[in-house]
Amino acid sequence: MLKKRIIPCLDVDNGRVVKGVNFIDLVDAGDPVEQAIIYNAEGADELCFLDITASSDNRDTLLEVVKKTAENCFIPLTVGGGVRNLDDISRLLHFGADKVSINTAAVDNIDLVAEAANKYGSSTIVIAVDAKETVENQWKVFTHGGRKETNIDVVTYCNEVAKLGAGEILLTSMDRDGTKSGFDNKLLKAVTSKVNVPVIASGGVGNLSHLLDGILEGEASALLAASIFHFGEYSIGEVKRYLADNNIPVRI
Amino acid sequence: MNLAIINFGSGNLHSVHKAFESVSLDLSNPYNIIVTNDPKEIQSADKIVLPGVGAFGDCKNAILNIEGLHASLEASVIKNKVPFMGICVGMQLLADLSYEFGTHSGFGWIPGEVRRITSPKEYKIPHMGWNEITFSDHKLFDNCEQGSDFYFVHSFYFQNQKNEHSIATTKYPDQITAAVCKENICGTQFHPEKSHRNGKKIIHNFLEWKP
Repeated sequence: MLKKRIIPCLDVDNGRVVKGVNFIDLVDAGDPVEQAIIYNAEGADELCFLDITASSDNRDTLLEVVKKTAENCFIPLTVGGGVRNLDDISRLLHFGADKVSINTAAVDNIDLVAEAANKYGSSTIVIAVDAKETVENQWKVFTHGGRKETNIDVVTYCNEVAKLGAGEILLTSMDRDGTKSGFDNKLLKAVTSKVNVPVIASGGVGNLSHLLDGILEGEASALLAASIFHFGEYSIGEVKRYLADNNIPVRI
Repeated sequence: MNLAIINFGSGNLHSVHKAFESVSLDLSNPYNIIVTNDPKEIQSADKIVLPGVGAFGDCKNAILNIEGLHASLEASVIKNKVPFMGICVGMQLLADLSYEFGTHSGFGWIPGEVRRITSPKEYKIPHMGWNEITFSDHKLFDNCEQGSDFYFVHSFYFQNQKNEHSIATTKYPDQITAAVCKENICGTQFHPEKSHRNGKKIIHNFLEWKP
């Protein structure tokens, strides 16, 4: 049976982890490669780096991080943040990313989704969607790190990018992100019930039951979490054992 | 010993290279691993790996567009029986035919066709993530446990014409070929380079394989 995936996500700024973990055996809590190696050893199913480096001049710092991670972690690595065009994707893949996530650039130019999927394969292209509930049970796509509202309906948009060749959708609830009040399972369900590609749930995890709800209520294929892992509240192993105890298929 | 990883512009070459390098370095006699599309280097290789992500037709065309590449692969693998491993689309290319975005001919090294996965609506496509495999007795699965998980990501699968060429299967929900083998030619639908410890076992076994 296909397993539900647990994906720790690291925000990387100028090649350093933001809000890093203080694992006991970590020499440098700001080094994303070291943290990735630990998550890999703990049984993470995939890894995700989100580059939040403000200046594009400093983006190359991420490439070195990607390269070193790929040399040490033999699980899929998704990299996103500031991906604008095919050259950006090509560079990240060349340095060792397995998947590249595209956010604002796909909204600005929907053709990029098809071009990227045709060139690198659907399996490589993740479309990241930042969603906010604007009217009850209606969600709009936001861009530029959530600062800019569009008039695009999230479910319609997810369907469109899936048809154009996106292999997966990384769906973040802006309403829940950072609140630790659980995933927006209504949003998740609205998308997973209509869209035929895997959906990664993101935004709002605060405890173990939130993860279970994301699968049972949101019907997500994978769960992305940052802070619950970074601050050492739960290990990947604990999360998986909890899900397994609740009859969710996970890779142990 | 030389191991050639074929570079025809496919995406995750770096991942494949690093995984094979990492496993090889643990052997008493590590391989000299080269990433290449040079027919001369390919013909001097003792083992050949063909990775592949993307669409079948694009991968096939990319290979045909590199002068001498296809011919050197045929010479090594078919004529000289050099051990060969295809990964994902690199494995599907072994088939006679694929129906991905039109109809495309493959290498025709292992009889069968590449078809779209048909599954009930609750099964998302691509088949993406960790899934367990059942395998038959084969060197490639030495020290592996039945039911262990490997990382898959694909929307099409290899329908073998002969059961004997399918050496491992997975379920989504119907049975899907997870690995193939015919004489010196093997291939995996899953990505050993992304399948953590289990994947490293497969790579190790391939490096030690003497078909």
